[in-house]
Amino acid sequence: MIAAIFSLTALGLGLGALLGIAARYLAVQESPIVGQVEELLPGSQCGQCGYPGCGPAAAAVAAGTAPVTLCPPGGRAVAEELASLLGVSVDLSAVTEEAPKVAHIHERLCIGCTRCFKRCPTDAIIGANDQIHAVFEDACTGCGKCVDDCPTECIELRAPTQTLTNWVWPVPEAA
Amino acid sequence: MTEYLMLILATALVNNVVLVKFLGLCPFMGVSNKLDSALGMGLATTFVLTLAAGASWLLQELVLEPLNIGFLRILTFILVIAAVVQFTEMVVRKLSPTLYQVLGIFLPLITTNCAVLGVALLNVQEHHGFLESLVYGFGSALGFTLVMVLFAGLRERLALAQVPAAFAGTPIALVVAGLLSLAFMGFAGLA
Repeated sequence: MIAAIFSLTALGLGLGALLGIAARYLAVQESPIVGQVEELLPGSQCGQCGYPGCGPAAAAVAAGTAPVTLCPPGGRAVAEELASLLGVSVDLSAVTEEAPKVAHIHERLCIGCTRCFKRCPTDAIIGANDQIHAVFEDACTGCGKCVDDCPTECIELRAPTQTLTNWVWPVPEAA
Repeated sequence: MTEYLMLILATALVNNVVLVKFLGLCPFMGVSNKLDSALGMGLATTFVLTLAAGASWLLQELVLEPLNIGFLRILTFILVIAAVVQFTEMVVRKLSPTLYQVLGIFLPLITTNCAVLGVALLNVQEHHGFLESLVYGFGSALGFTLVMVLFAGLRERLALAQVPAAFAGTPIALVVAGLLSLAFMGFAGLA
């Protein structure tokens, strides 16, 4: 039994050491930029930029094949951060700064088909078959995917409902 | 020399691991959608199988036999195979990032490819020498690669064929696999 324990331990340690050395010699230099870019993106995989998700989009931005302004839900803030990370200058006037929007379902038109919440990347739509759906505003990123899928056109994007917790002072108007 | 050639022929065609012994069916069905990835998978498995056959022979003769701990055979073989697969993954990642992306999850899954463990155990069972073990492993892997490429080619044509709805997709692929297996039975009289 001692022999079994000893040989198995030795085998494990030996193979582990060999793999460790191999990993040192065969290490692949991966650009850390891709990970940093991906962290800045919203991560909701909405696909509005035309890439299948935030991962491929981050790779494209890091490689320089996509502009830093590619993320519509991220808006100007994300574009600014990406530009400063990558050290590129960008014309931010082209990025329209929209107030945050969330999806809203008109209950009168909803037929409870569940298509929108199957599509929602952040699970922000609640409901069930033949039940009127509703949007959970805290989770909605306003990506607008559900709008395209609704067969009765009952979803629209609009400013989130104002409550005591999200109300802010209006920006003072310039004199 | 002739006996090694015969051994390669016998393992690759007559006793094909996939179609005659029915080992390694997981990558056979999983990675045979496209010719490129099937060939890549076959080459990666060839590398792993040959190395694992040699390493497991050394392990059997130098450690398990002298210490009389044959009951650890499967455990230690799996350990060695896992290490070899890990090594292969590093090599593939270094040499061909595209192949690494195409193979994806199936690369680490070579560990659980029963053909790899099966060949190592068959080597012990049939008391092969070191060189014989290597040739046996290489021949089996050659057969595996051949079948993968053949099957991938068939499936690429199959994708365009008009198949009854009930058979579309995996069922017709399994039927084709069965027919291919029948065809390989024709090699039985060769050796």
